[in-house]
Amino acid sequence: MLFFIEVLIGGLLAGVMYSLVAMGFVLIYKASGVLNFAQGSMVLFAALSFVSILAMGAPFWLALVLTLAIMVLLGVVIEKVVLRRLVNQPQITLFMATIGLSILIEGLGQMIWGSQVHGLDLGINDIPFNFYGVFISQFDLFAAGCAAVLVAGLSLFFHKTKIGRALRAVADDHQAAMSVGIPLKHVWAVVWAAAGFVALVAGLLWGSRLGVQFALTLVVLKALPVLILGGFTSIPGAIIGGLIIGATEKLAEVYIGPYFGGGIENWFPYVLALAFLLIRPDGLFGEKHIERV
Amino acid sequence: MFYRETGQYKTNYGADEQIFPIRQDRIGVMIILAFAYLAVPFIGDDYWFSAILIPFLILSLAAIGLNLLTGYAGQLSLGSAGFMAVGAFAAYNFMLRIEGMPFLLGFILAGLSAAAVGIVFGLPSLRVKGFYLAAATLASQFFIEWVLTKFPWFTNNSASGVITAQKMVLFGYAFDTPMSRYLLTLVIVTLLALAAKNLVRTRTGRDWMAIRDMDVAAEVIGIPMLKTKLLAFAISSFYLGVAGALWAYCYLGTVEPQAFELTRSMQLLFMIIIGGMGTIVGAFFGAAFIVLLPIFLNLFTSTIFAGQVDPGMLSHLEQLVFGGMIIFFLIVEPLGLARLWQLGKQKLRLWPFPH
Repeated sequence: MLFFIEVLIGGLLAGVMYSLVAMGFVLIYKASGVLNFAQGSMVLFAALSFVSILAMGAPFWLALVLTLAIMVLLGVVIEKVVLRRLVNQPQITLFMATIGLSILIEGLGQMIWGSQVHGLDLGINDIPFNFYGVFISQFDLFAAGCAAVLVAGLSLFFHKTKIGRALRAVADDHQAAMSVGIPLKHVWAVVWAAAGFVALVAGLLWGSRLGVQFALTLVVLKALPVLILGGFTSIPGAIIGGLIIGATEKLAEVYIGPYFGGGIENWFPYVLALAFLLIRPDGLFGEKHIERV
Repeated sequence: MFYRETGQYKTNYGADEQIFPIRQDRIGVMIILAFAYLAVPFIGDDYWFSAILIPFLILSLAAIGLNLLTGYAGQLSLGSAGFMAVGAFAAYNFMLRIEGMPFLLGFILAGLSAAAVGIVFGLPSLRVKGFYLAAATLASQFFIEWVLTKFPWFTNNSASGVITAQKMVLFGYAFDTPMSRYLLTLVIVTLLALAAKNLVRTRTGRDWMAIRDMDVAAEVIGIPMLKTKLLAFAISSFYLGVAGALWAYCYLGTVEPQAFELTRSMQLLFMIIIGGMGTIVGAFFGAAFIVLLPIFLNLFTSTIFAGQVDPGMLSHLEQLVFGGMIIFFLIVEPLGLARLWQLGKQKLRLWPFPH
């Protein structure tokens, strides 16, 4: 039983890490209806920039600020150079553009900062501590804390600030939002910058876990089932989806995996998410889709 | 002046229903085919056959398959390489386990196996749409990869997970030179491309397009959703499966499940987007673009930057340019190269007059 709880908690905390990446997707999907495949590359880019700036001798806070500035700049440039020219194109075109972007950002990041694996130490102790006999990773707890702060911050931002409300309006209906005078382009730039910020947080946490390297871009593939499960448009959905995926994935790997020879972590989340989809086609918290002819 | 349908009267239904209604198009296709069958085998060398032409043809075939599903039926799929893997490994196992199986029959069975798997993974499409479906098709990609690496039966207990394609012999003739493999690939691709071109003009193709344009409306006018969508998955997977088998047998010779990774699926998706969604000719344009661009980039960067930057940097630069080109193309011509081709033909009809 104790072992079960340990696996469960480990899975839940791993799920939080997935949610961190998934949140970046949700932000952009909410505001522009695009599945931003480049989110993973942005995570890598943020982490690479941070590590490299740190390596140049900058103190921690300065590196953080500079990287944030870089990510915001990247977001603005993406909006100006790519998205603005693809307004009114079908979604699949926008999706492909983000795949192109992901290749471009990966190339750019590694060209500027080099492609060797960097270690990243956030100064958090990764010694599991004993909680009534259950071992919990401190690092994962810290990540969970970050995610909680991020969700709270983003929710406040979306619901309480003017720009946040504008964002929700744009998500609802581009044209209606534009006709009441919301500057669409401005809003998109803000969203991409915010997604860059989320990518930075995810990049730092994932980077210190896996090392800052190319494989970071693959966390996208972990985040997708979370998105399907939670719904593309819901930030709480991303968190809850992450928790469900993380927990079931680890439990399945431990309890079902051995019957198949292990390694089911790669596809199990997708099948789980698919099973959910069959019952709720828009995910758990996604917006209901009403179709008219 | 030369490209104009003036004076070409259709006097019977047969003439009216030709695949290429304009005479100049027919002549053009004939010339291209004649060139590919008669001239290329003599002027091409082994490098051209095995490094450029064969992968180009096979990828075109795979792109046609994906285009049937995504471009015509409107079901976005990110798992197409998985079905190629099914084809490759099915062909291998059929030929390995059934004594005296002719390889062409093996290819067809490979396509049918892929179609069966495609139907299973197509089932979610009845419930979910758009990006949800795209993300769901990733399940097929990962699941198939996992099955092929995890169960050694599929690779005949090969320790490294690599299979070696058997010899292809037809009536005592062994296809073992690059040129013969090129011709074999060409024949298969020509037949299947023509079949696809025809298919999209039939009832089935029109049903697909109706579903792509608006599935609720299509259902209302009486198009059976279940049958039509699953048929799209099945036929698309058949094409991908045959392409996968060709990839293993005519191109690589030895193949492992990792040859059909997610990047390959992405590549196929690029091909149909750059080539033009919902066109058959676009698949060829897209495949040519994707096959040739890295070669050109390689040539270009290695002549200009040779010695100045290290190879690692060069590969990142290539990545940068590749990503940039894709975005550029999407911005300049979102409907793909096939659209440019169409515009060019339109211009040609009026030439040399402005109107």
